[in-house]
Amino acid sequence: MSECVIPNLTSNEVVASKSVLPAGWKADLADLKNLDLSLPVMELLRRTTSRLPQDVIQAIVKGRDAEEVGSRAFNTLNDMVRNINLADGQVTPLCQDTGSVIFWVRHPFGLSQKATKAQIRAAVVEATKRSWLRPNCVESLSGKNSGTNMDPFHEHHPAIHFEEWDKPEVEVSVMQKGGGCENVGAQYRLPDAALGAGRDIKGVRKCIIDAVVKAQGQGCSPGILGVAIGGDRVTGYEKSKELILRKLGTANADPKMDAFEQELTKDLNTLGIGPMGYGGSTTVLGIMAEEMYRHPASFYVSISYMCWSSRRGTLSLAANSQPSYDL
Amino acid sequence: MIRLTTPITEEQIRTLKVGDEVLLNGRVVLSRDIGHKFMKEQKPEWLKPILENMVIYHCGPVVKKNEDGTWSFVAAGPTTSIREEPYQADVIETYKVRGVIGKGGMGKKTSEGLQKTGAVYLHATGGAGSLLAERVKRVVDVKMLEEFGSPEAFWIIEVEDFPLVVTMDSHGGSLHELVLQQSQDRAKALTV
Repeated sequence: MSECVIPNLTSNEVVASKSVLPAGWKADLADLKNLDLSLPVMELLRRTTSRLPQDVIQAIVKGRDAEEVGSRAFNTLNDMVRNINLADGQVTPLCQDTGSVIFWVRHPFGLSQKATKAQIRAAVVEATKRSWLRPNCVESLSGKNSGTNMDPFHEHHPAIHFEEWDKPEVEVSVMQKGGGCENVGAQYRLPDAALGAGRDIKGVRKCIIDAVVKAQGQGCSPGILGVAIGGDRVTGYEKSKELILRKLGTANADPKMDAFEQELTKDLNTLGIGPMGYGGSTTVLGIMAEEMYRHPASFYVSISYMCWSSRRGTLSLAANSQPSYDL
Repeated sequence: MIRLTTPITEEQIRTLKVGDEVLLNGRVVLSRDIGHKFMKEQKPEWLKPILENMVIYHCGPVVKKNEDGTWSFVAAGPTTSIREEPYQADVIETYKVRGVIGKGGMGKKTSEGLQKTGAVYLHATGGAGSLLAERVKRVVDVKMLEEFGSPEAFWIIEVEDFPLVVTMDSHGGSLHELVLQQSQDRAKALTV
């Protein structure tokens, strides 16, 4: 049981050969009005649900290799690598909780958000039919499952964020955010007397440590933390999720924040919570923190916890080239 | 490594200790949030023969219906167990359940239930959906599928060498309690 499992993902060529897109499909960005994103988004979901991003796999392997061979932490991280290999090879969901599906669309002027939304929704319905996504959208009070991943009331699921930009390309990022890790996210209002946390970076640090201790293994550690400092109750949480799109191992653009992230990651890994809360030195894989502006009276620290199965990816459509998938 | 096959006797369960690694075989019944509320509040009689001396698995699987009408499990890892804390001890006692599989551990009330009835909490690796689905050999039956929806239904499955760790035993032991205390102590040292 103690051998190191080597990550062994199928090649990009094999993944491409299984694509739902017709061979040679290209986006016509000169005709944005008639651009249909449903198939490329379906392909994005096929990949994100079954294939973990390279940086996340590397971080899990690095954690595993730092644990004592044969320990429960080592074996658990090893099983995670086994699961990563298996899901990729079979093209089956990495985790049965395929999450709440969250999209970020960045597009040039001229793309219809209404049409894009309908196409993304169609892609999610089809991905659910194909068992790439579990139907994860239920009426709150009755618990009745819509069966399609569609929110029949207000179209709040899947969540889709749009941003118009100056580039000619269209980009669609997706995150599959599991319910277990969503439940251990937390929002603090500083000062927090119980924590002894003031309105400074030390106070922020106390909030993050508190959230990770409270989460234990329940968010499927080792986790990845998105931390928004400031904003309001909505924009803070929204930002904290978006931050998790950043690749592990990439530096924060703000050198001070980068140092904060690195030091705190080391400290959190001395808490002894470990993978799945079994004990061990791999409690978090990384922290992505960002400072926002805030109302003078409010100081929120919003923390989103992403499980080790951090399923995310980005689809890029450039003029007259085949779609590219970054995950 | 300890091999266990359902149904399990109280005597077998009492020998298990925190830290024991278990390979589970035989029938397992899936239930999570709606099912636990339903079991505690309505105590349906028809579930008694299905659950006695059996193991409950906190899991909402991704399923696929085959062309011949049978079901397959595509991904089937554990869901967070603590949400069932208000119900679990009663469910264990009412239905004489011998084991609960999940992730993240459970609280004091469940621990007392485990001690009283003679049952254990078995931890599976969260997120290992494909790996664990591979150990599901057959979907035997499903109850309340229409009423609860697929993630919440009572799926009855057969597993083979399902890999688990005892993290809460029938003598009051809990790995989760231990890790929590240690991490709280360390957090204090980190925030002085």
